[in-house]
Amino acid sequence: MLDFLADVGDTLLSTLRDVTPIVVILVVFQVVVLRSRLPNIRGIATGSVMVLLGLALFLIGLEQALFPIGETMAQQLTEKAGAGAGALAGAVRWQDYWVVYLFAAAIGFATTVAEPSLIAVALKAKEVSGGAVNAWGLRIAVAVGVAIGVSLGCFRIVTGTPLPWYIVVAYVVVIIQTFLSSRTIIPLAYDSGGVTTSTVTVPVVAALGLGLAANVPGRSPLIDGFGLIAFASVFPIISVLGYAIVADGLERWRRRSDRQEAKP
Amino acid sequence: MPRFALAMAKRILGALRDLAPIFAVVIFFQVVVLQQPFPDIANVIVGLVCVVLGLALFVQGLESGLFPLGEALAQGMARKGSATALLALGFCLGFGTTVAEPALIAVAAEGAQVAADAQFIGESQAAQDRYALEVRLVVAVAVGIAIVLGVLRILKGWPIHLFIISGYVLVMAMTLFAPDEIVGVAYDSGGVTTSTITVPLITALGVGLASTIRGRNPMLDGFGLIAFASLTPMIGVLGYGMVV
Repeated sequence: MLDFLADVGDTLLSTLRDVTPIVVILVVFQVVVLRSRLPNIRGIATGSVMVLLGLALFLIGLEQALFPIGETMAQQLTEKAGAGAGALAGAVRWQDYWVVYLFAAAIGFATTVAEPSLIAVALKAKEVSGGAVNAWGLRIAVAVGVAIGVSLGCFRIVTGTPLPWYIVVAYVVVIIQTFLSSRTIIPLAYDSGGVTTSTVTVPVVAALGLGLAANVPGRSPLIDGFGLIAFASVFPIISVLGYAIVADGLERWRRRSDRQEAKP
Repeated sequence: MPRFALAMAKRILGALRDLAPIFAVVIFFQVVVLQQPFPDIANVIVGLVCVVLGLALFVQGLESGLFPLGEALAQGMARKGSATALLALGFCLGFGTTVAEPALIAVAAEGAQVAADAQFIGESQAAQDRYALEVRLVVAVAVGIAIVLGVLRILKGWPIHLFIISGYVLVMAMTLFAPDEIVGVAYDSGGVTTSTITVPLITALGVGLASTIRGRNPMLDGFGLIAFASLTPMIGVLGYGMVV
């Protein structure tokens, strides 16, 4: 119990430390540059305290419950797959690691759905678009992108292929999609790449990458462990743009068939 | 107070729904694939309660605290009409929130280790520390510049895809010339810069600006700051790798 309380204190302190520079900047600009008081200062103050407390509680809970399990799981799964592969005269066969790809996709999806900063952006997008952007749909589309990205990133670590190849191809896909999408979704889709990798996703995904790189023969955790975060930042852009292009196409097709039915 | 309790109850339900996939994945792999019992079940349950309550509080606080704060600031600055002050705010926010970001500190330290192992920098701890600090500073400056560029884009109404696509082309070209040891760190540094408090604030700032300035569409112009902040660190770190 004492340990737990000490944890709570530590996490609150470190959250406070992260937030202090932001608060200082905001207050300086509000007071010195704008020379005005914030409207509804009490509401904003209670809200900010709730954000702080909430984030600290959230992090403590993750440390207690999720991260230890997630990390041991990542390690055990990669070891298990690695043991099966090692029996085959040391040759790495990427197929032996299918459980890892499955786990990577599942955990990438699940952690992204719970990512607080993605929730924030989805709420804002729904509000700004007057409900045209469905907050839940956006989050699912982003989570699917992260799932594919992390899974492919694990495949890359197992096969040891160079990271830039994948990233360059992904960029080319994004560029092509940009020219096919409607203008309104593009800024939001670009943003969704950056918001996915934060509090929940990064620690679990990093543990997965390190565990995998340490257990696959011939890979070094230091050199091959990198890159999963980069994958998890690019693929959501592709999935959100892809979702928007498909939704647009369906809508246009439905309208055209409606018109054709109406004609005769 | 009853209104608050009702709102919180709703948030808790929402948080449960948000977290359900994680619970499902963890239970499935632990029980079905690994076939192992949960270690330390009491701790896990306490932790889960904390996670659910924390997420509920966070989302409730977002709507009543962080979003109005970011928007009030954006509107005040837009009404004041000083572009310099606005850009200065953007730089300070970007730099200030990134330089102490824990995820960035971790990635920079790992990157220093890789660079030292590859004989790219000296093996000594001092050399590694200096390298890690420099990478962090480069990333923080890059995020500061990103917000400045992003705010400038909102003010001028420039289309975002021109920036992002030229950024991508630049990243691809620099990858060819940058030393291999830094490419992994550079790519990952783009993703780790945007923390859970920064994202809502910066999003509210962008949307607030775009809805205050006449002729700007919040959907078209308000989003995109985060995208800039995830792209420029890659360019910055790749450039740093080429110079050092």
